[in-house]
Amino acid sequence: MEIKQLETRAKQIRSTILETIHQAGAGHIGGPLSAVDVLNYLYFKEMNIDSKDGRKENRDRFILSKGHSAIALYTVLAYRGFLPMEELTTFDALNSRLQGHPDMTLLPGLDMSTGSLGQGLSAGLGMALGAKAQNASFRTYCMIGDGESQEGQIWEAADVASKYGVDNLVCIVDNNRLQQFGWSDDQVTRNAPLEDPSDRWKAFGWHVISIDGHCYDSLDQAFKEARETKGKPTVIIANTIKGKGVSFMEGAYLWHSKVPTQEELQLALTELETEGMEG
Amino acid sequence: MINIQKGAMRDRFSKVILELAEKDARVYAVDGDLANSTKTDVVANQKPEKFLQMGIAEQNMLSVCSGLASTGLQPWAVTFAAFLSKRALDQIQVQIAQPRLDVKMVGAYSGLLTGLTGKTHQALEDIAIFRTLANMVVIAPADNVEVEKAMRAANDYDGPVYIRLARDEYPYLFAEDYDFKIGRAVTLKEGTDVSVIATGTQTSRTLEAAKQLADEGISVEVVHMPTIKPLDEAAILATAQKTNLIVTAEEHSILGGLGSAVAEVLGEQRPTKMLRIGVEDRNAESAPNEQLLEKYGLSVSCMVRKIKDFYNKA
Repeated sequence: MEIKQLETRAKQIRSTILETIHQAGAGHIGGPLSAVDVLNYLYFKEMNIDSKDGRKENRDRFILSKGHSAIALYTVLAYRGFLPMEELTTFDALNSRLQGHPDMTLLPGLDMSTGSLGQGLSAGLGMALGAKAQNASFRTYCMIGDGESQEGQIWEAADVASKYGVDNLVCIVDNNRLQQFGWSDDQVTRNAPLEDPSDRWKAFGWHVISIDGHCYDSLDQAFKEARETKGKPTVIIANTIKGKGVSFMEGAYLWHSKVPTQEELQLALTELETEGMEG
Repeated sequence: MINIQKGAMRDRFSKVILELAEKDARVYAVDGDLANSTKTDVVANQKPEKFLQMGIAEQNMLSVCSGLASTGLQPWAVTFAAFLSKRALDQIQVQIAQPRLDVKMVGAYSGLLTGLTGKTHQALEDIAIFRTLANMVVIAPADNVEVEKAMRAANDYDGPVYIRLARDEYPYLFAEDYDFKIGRAVTLKEGTDVSVIATGTQTSRTLEAAKQLADEGISVEVVHMPTIKPLDEAAILATAQKTNLIVTAEEHSILGGLGSAVAEVLGEQRPTKMLRIGVEDRNAESAPNEQLLEKYGLSVSCMVRKIKDFYNKA
């Protein structure tokens, strides 16, 4: 069954991310783990792409605006066949195609350079307008973070996107409710200011779908609904858990960009039940 | 070569951007709600399907251009130079310059003379800012003919280009058959005593100053440097070899612009005595053009005085 396959692969992707970060000795963890299921769904189910031709003209586009979650995208691209799995060991290394933040000039399959927060959705708007201008059928998907949405440029893009009614643009908010440091709620937990950004997006004229961003049935329905929505852009608020899949990383802001020790890695892999599985 | 006929750069810009939008399927005019100042409105009026209004939001505007270019189009982002170079700098660096996307950026109302608008609208740092970006081409045309040639060259060039325009009228320096090339300087007047390397709008004032200095017995060579990046190093070295005295002139801060670029070349390859003419390290203000040029040291009479002092003390 398809959803079962996606779920199994999600565990493998999470394990590979953790192993890669551990081996590289640097990188982000919390954000990549919260983004995995959306990326897994997009690249294996939703998007019209060809791993043999990453720059095909009419391919669907994806922009990881929260570029610091690059390792999640690289790992999904590797599972999808855009690059050899072994290349993941070059993550963050000198001369690697897998830079700390995505560089579109290096790896076919990366549709936009990102890393400075707030910029990706605007580029997505440009791609969506470019598709309309050229009567091209490709769709553009852009993932942003909820913390990233503190950047004013997100709302500049949201404003103009609804003005142009780009229904070939889908924004996914990886709403994991945590950021690097953020605000302290009760001296123990730390959170982003807003629990649910739906009303903001509605006010900006977008079609809003709010779902559990780790549930493949919900993702399936949400992307179908986005496709059927005409005359306005769609935003999918993917309510996610930062560090998803590993109990001691879930919801803990300190795992934003912390490298797991050997022991922590083993614990995590055991939880993900992927030990001994093919990676 | 010099003609007394004058023309506003934005009028020629307007004519050419419309023609490019009409003839080149890739070309789109992208506005930041200033089309009726920059005269990009001609595209909105006559070829509306090639005009994209991004509103008063430069960061989004430039990132959108990046996305458009990534799909094979050639967006022309047109807004005031001050906003283009400073409000959207990170977007330009990350999404246009580094990935070397085919986006043309036109900074209208550059320099000191921005129509009684003052400090927020003057752009005295744009050359300095753009020339530090890897992969960027930086052009400051001196007259309408060169505006047109630079635009056509940018249209033919695959990669990011910044073109610096001025608001008001300037004398025609070039004939319509002028052969402009990105990265090539043009010697507009031969001379033997001192060389002035000028760019953009300051070139016509430099020619006038050279004429007056000739009457006082100082022979000035005027080298026009329309492309600040890539810089025509050979032309700089050749004129330095000839006169041994180099003055730079630009309607821009003396920090980081043409003067700095020339000093970098000479300092490393042929140390030569230099004087940089431009706006000193300070902010300007709103005032009529002639008064601004005088107060900030860019008028013809200021240039004559400074070049004469420099020459006499050398």
